[in-house]
Amino acid sequence: MSKIHVSTQVNGDAVEFLCDPEETLLDVLRDRLNLTGVKEGCGTGDCGACSVTLDGRLVCSCLVLGAEVEGSAVETVEGVATEDALHPIQRHLLEKAALQCGICTPGIIVAAKALLAQNSAPTEKEVRYWLAGNLCRCTGYDKIIRAVLSAAAEMRGESV
Amino acid sequence: MRYVVANDSRSAVALLGEGGDCRVLAGGTDLLVQMKLNGAAPDVVVDIKNIPGISSVNEENGGFRIGAAVSGAIMGEHAALKSMWPGVVEAVELIGSTQVQGRATMAGNLCNGSPAADSVPAQLAAQAVARIEGPQGQRDLPVSALLKAPGQTNLGKAEFISSIFLPARAARSGDAYLRFIPRTEMDIAVVGASVSLSLDESGVVIDAHVALGAVAPTALLVPDAAASLIGTKLDEAALAACAAACSAVCSPIDDRRGTIEFRTKVAGVMATRAAKIAYTRAGGTL
Repeated sequence: MSKIHVSTQVNGDAVEFLCDPEETLLDVLRDRLNLTGVKEGCGTGDCGACSVTLDGRLVCSCLVLGAEVEGSAVETVEGVATEDALHPIQRHLLEKAALQCGICTPGIIVAAKALLAQNSAPTEKEVRYWLAGNLCRCTGYDKIIRAVLSAAAEMRGESV
Repeated sequence: MRYVVANDSRSAVALLGEGGDCRVLAGGTDLLVQMKLNGAAPDVVVDIKNIPGISSVNEENGGFRIGAAVSGAIMGEHAALKSMWPGVVEAVELIGSTQVQGRATMAGNLCNGSPAADSVPAQLAAQAVARIEGPQGQRDLPVSALLKAPGQTNLGKAEFISSIFLPARAARSGDAYLRFIPRTEMDIAVVGASVSLSLDESGVVIDAHVALGAVAPTALLVPDAAASLIGTKLDEAALAACAAACSAVCSPIDDRRGTIEFRTKVAGVMATRAAKIAYTRAGGTL
């Protein structure tokens, strides 16, 4: 089976890879590009652990073929922090102990960042609905929601 | 498996006609799940997203033509579309999570053939028309004529849907979609109901379409329910007749998420509630 050559952008860097036609973007990111921050939970779009953005749009990377991202821009959790500082969402998740096992965390960070990019002041209800596709079996969600809300407040320049 | 990007409808149709198991890929939120879970192993996957116009929403004859690769997220962000067809857009937006909304399409929801598809009752009530590309060229077919059986549509060999047209609305019109699920988000409809209404200047219903999902092998229009609303201002007798007409056409499955008795009764309840929302959206006062 001949492989498909794909040119794309990942976390701002131009990237080229070869993949099989049926290979998902999730498998490409983890197994070919070594971006193992992207997690495989269900593999069928139900859990959100593999969340990335594709041309700015939040998607499950398990429901995208690697071949589909030709000419696109992919952002993963690896692109969220700067060289010397965590993103406010990451910091607030840590400070509020909003993770335990951590499998869902990268997807939640990417999803929350996508929310705050389009809505800088979401209500608690909006955060809960936005993150309804990111399953967490440890925290009970409440700490995650509060961390996202306080990160949003800090990013708006409010004291938290 | 071969993955091929079609750059126009003609080449997509040619690829789909090559024989073997050929699948159309737009959002992929059903196809990739079938490949992972249900053993689907297509010979060819034809990605239609590169066909010109297929990823855009365009005004046409006072209505909207929605390309087959337009995601739910894009429909939800389209203010003019949402204002004209709020029920269709809210139905599409109920499909899956934020992540799924970023990819899933209304045309794909139709083609997947699920009896519980959220957007299909809304498309039926809206009298939506699918534009189909095939070996004989292009044809338009009402969405209602495409529904066949669970997991099946009446699309012919090598045909695919390139867009769905939502027609222009008369003044004082509104639509609404409601579904029953046991939780508040991320679930499959136990019952879905959509109602589209047009009113005269005094608030009397002059045109109505009522459709149900998840209560029969396909979503279905309920002409008797629509007829019971026409000529009324949604008084209690009209709503009761609408509910009874809806319950009368139900032939649902029986499972732990909803018994036959429950789905049959709730179909009427959801339809009357959707009718009230559609009526208010059309400018009527209840």
